[in-house]
Amino acid sequence: MVSPLAWAKRNSVLLWVAAVAIAFFLAVPPVQFVNALTLGAIYALIALGYTMVYGIVELINFAHGDVFMLGTFVSLSILIDVMGVTGPITNPLQLAVVLIFILAVTMGLMGAVGFLIEKLAYRPLRNAPKLAPLITAIGVSFILQNIVQLWKGPYKTNFPQFFPMDAALMFGSVRIGLINVLVIAVALILMIALQLFITRSKTGRAMRATALDPTAAALMGVNIDATISRTFVIGAAIAGAGSVMFGLYLGITDFSIGFLAGLKAFTAAVVGGIGNTLGAALGAFTIGFTEVGATVAGFSRWKDAIVFILLVAFLTFRPNGILGSDSSDRA
Amino acid sequence: MMNRMREYLLRHRSLDIVLRLTAIAIVLPLVAATPIFGAFQPFNGWLTGFANAAIFVMLAIGLNIVVGKAGLLDLGFAAFFAIGAYTYAFGASAYSGNDIPFWLMLPIGAVVTAIFGVAIGAPTLRLRGDYLAIVTLGFGEIIPNVLLNSDKYTLGTNGISGLDRPELPIIGVFKSNEPWPWFILAIVLIGLIMIAADRISFSRIGRAWEAIREDELAAASNGINTVTFKLLAFAIGASTAGIAGAFLASKLSFVSPDQFKFSVSVTVLSMLVLGGIGNLWGAAIGAFLLYFVQSILLKQLNEGFKGVPVLGEIDFLQLQYLLFGLALVIMMLRRPGGLFPERRAARHRAGESKQ
Repeated sequence: MVSPLAWAKRNSVLLWVAAVAIAFFLAVPPVQFVNALTLGAIYALIALGYTMVYGIVELINFAHGDVFMLGTFVSLSILIDVMGVTGPITNPLQLAVVLIFILAVTMGLMGAVGFLIEKLAYRPLRNAPKLAPLITAIGVSFILQNIVQLWKGPYKTNFPQFFPMDAALMFGSVRIGLINVLVIAVALILMIALQLFITRSKTGRAMRATALDPTAAALMGVNIDATISRTFVIGAAIAGAGSVMFGLYLGITDFSIGFLAGLKAFTAAVVGGIGNTLGAALGAFTIGFTEVGATVAGFSRWKDAIVFILLVAFLTFRPNGILGSDSSDRA
Repeated sequence: MMNRMREYLLRHRSLDIVLRLTAIAIVLPLVAATPIFGAFQPFNGWLTGFANAAIFVMLAIGLNIVVGKAGLLDLGFAAFFAIGAYTYAFGASAYSGNDIPFWLMLPIGAVVTAIFGVAIGAPTLRLRGDYLAIVTLGFGEIIPNVLLNSDKYTLGTNGISGLDRPELPIIGVFKSNEPWPWFILAIVLIGLIMIAADRISFSRIGRAWEAIREDELAAASNGINTVTFKLLAFAIGASTAGIAGAFLASKLSFVSPDQFKFSVSVTVLSMLVLGGIGNLWGAAIGAFLLYFVQSILLKQLNEGFKGVPVLGEIDFLQLQYLLFGLALVIMMLRRPGGLFPERRAARHRAGESKQ
């Protein structure tokens, strides 16, 4: 006879997802439900890089949120200065080309930034006391913020919303913006691709092996340096995709968004169970729902503080997140 | 004679601190009174600058206990600074209606911030060290956010002004345009904080911190209750920031959420990394130097390069935080011990790097 409590414990993930989703669907209008999913999708794109890097080198990459922020500015500069895109594009073919191009270029460039950061700031300190890479991480984060501030100024900058914002799908009386569909779809595609990459490819296997035990992996012929470097590149590239989605969805950015975005994405990673890519996505949607829920309930000014309380609550009561096992990973 | 004196001071560390600070309190004004320094700003400006730098020196010493001694990365130190300052604003201002004397507010501020330190540290210190870094980072962002949004109590972005100033018999109430009392008070406060920090560092508690910093597992298996000692370090560091906050609040007679942004936390961390993590005097000197780089040197570079091609175009003041970020990274990569490394740690690191 399985006690209900034991059953609930084993299937906590399922219960969690079901509870959050049902509660939200009942509590908020469908439009807000979709908004929460969209926001969650953007956070998921950032959280993936956080959780992958933490999983493999146990480093909180503080600069990750700022790589995301840099991505919004790089993509808007390419759109405006190189491609001359400033307003909505109506021709579907042209739209698809611009979208795919800007996603590819931003992901590529951010991947390169991720590569450089790892190589210059983290790799030399891999065997140093643990405090050292954390301090350089916060240093790099601060450098990126200030470079962007010098480059674009401390003001809010408009992101060219070339995607038609008023296009929508109608489900009966419920109107769902195409942009929401796009953001969620891009996030899902990237998540599935990443999951496949991690579970099926050779590099993915090397990444999992390194995360489990770097020494043993090295003895089995895994090139640790290259594997860690690739992890940073992939994480940063996915954050780059997140930047484009963020820009299109919200239409505005500034040099300081990386800080809170990074904090929330990290919270998502912790909520989901750090080191776990599926958990990061799950956590990100939880954050999306929490924020939109707070806004609907009239606490929009307090939504950042609420997310922070969520982080502390999870660290206190369930430090391994909703997907983590009970005993692992605790020092 | 000199040798005997040195030995005597090595054994009487508090006296050593008092003597050094007394020397500094005499030398600094004398240096500032020379014409070279007078060319940059008037004498009173220098004295005020010293007192302002003292706030960062206190913060750096407090952060040194957390980061340097116990090896815990606190990225939201400005939050405790803010809590100290706002505690002062609520305890001693016309706005709140309370007029608790400054001298009583110092310990109150220290206790209140220590309580916050325990509250934020307790859930996270049981976990791996790096979770603390992100939680304090979040805390540092959320506290100004909360101060900004609870405008019913804190007047939000306008801040609270008209805070009480310290008062002594004879001298009377300290005035903003008379820097001497502030300067002396700052030196005395630094002295007290330094002596306290030094005594704790060389006690059983300090040794426990160092053991935890070097190897938590080994420390725990030697019977050190790591959570208690980490919490203690966190609370003591926070209370130092509380004292610095009270001093700042009374000196400016004004507090606002803007004063406690993330950049303050990074500035103090840069001071510590520059001066030497773990070294009391290193932290103090790092803070002092960086404060003057920030407030004098960069401004002078702007003036000095005016009209010069390329260099004249650069606004050095805007570059300051970029420089701090670079300093953090470069120091960690090239000289992790800082300009003045902790002696014992230096020996230890040399052994470690051979692994």
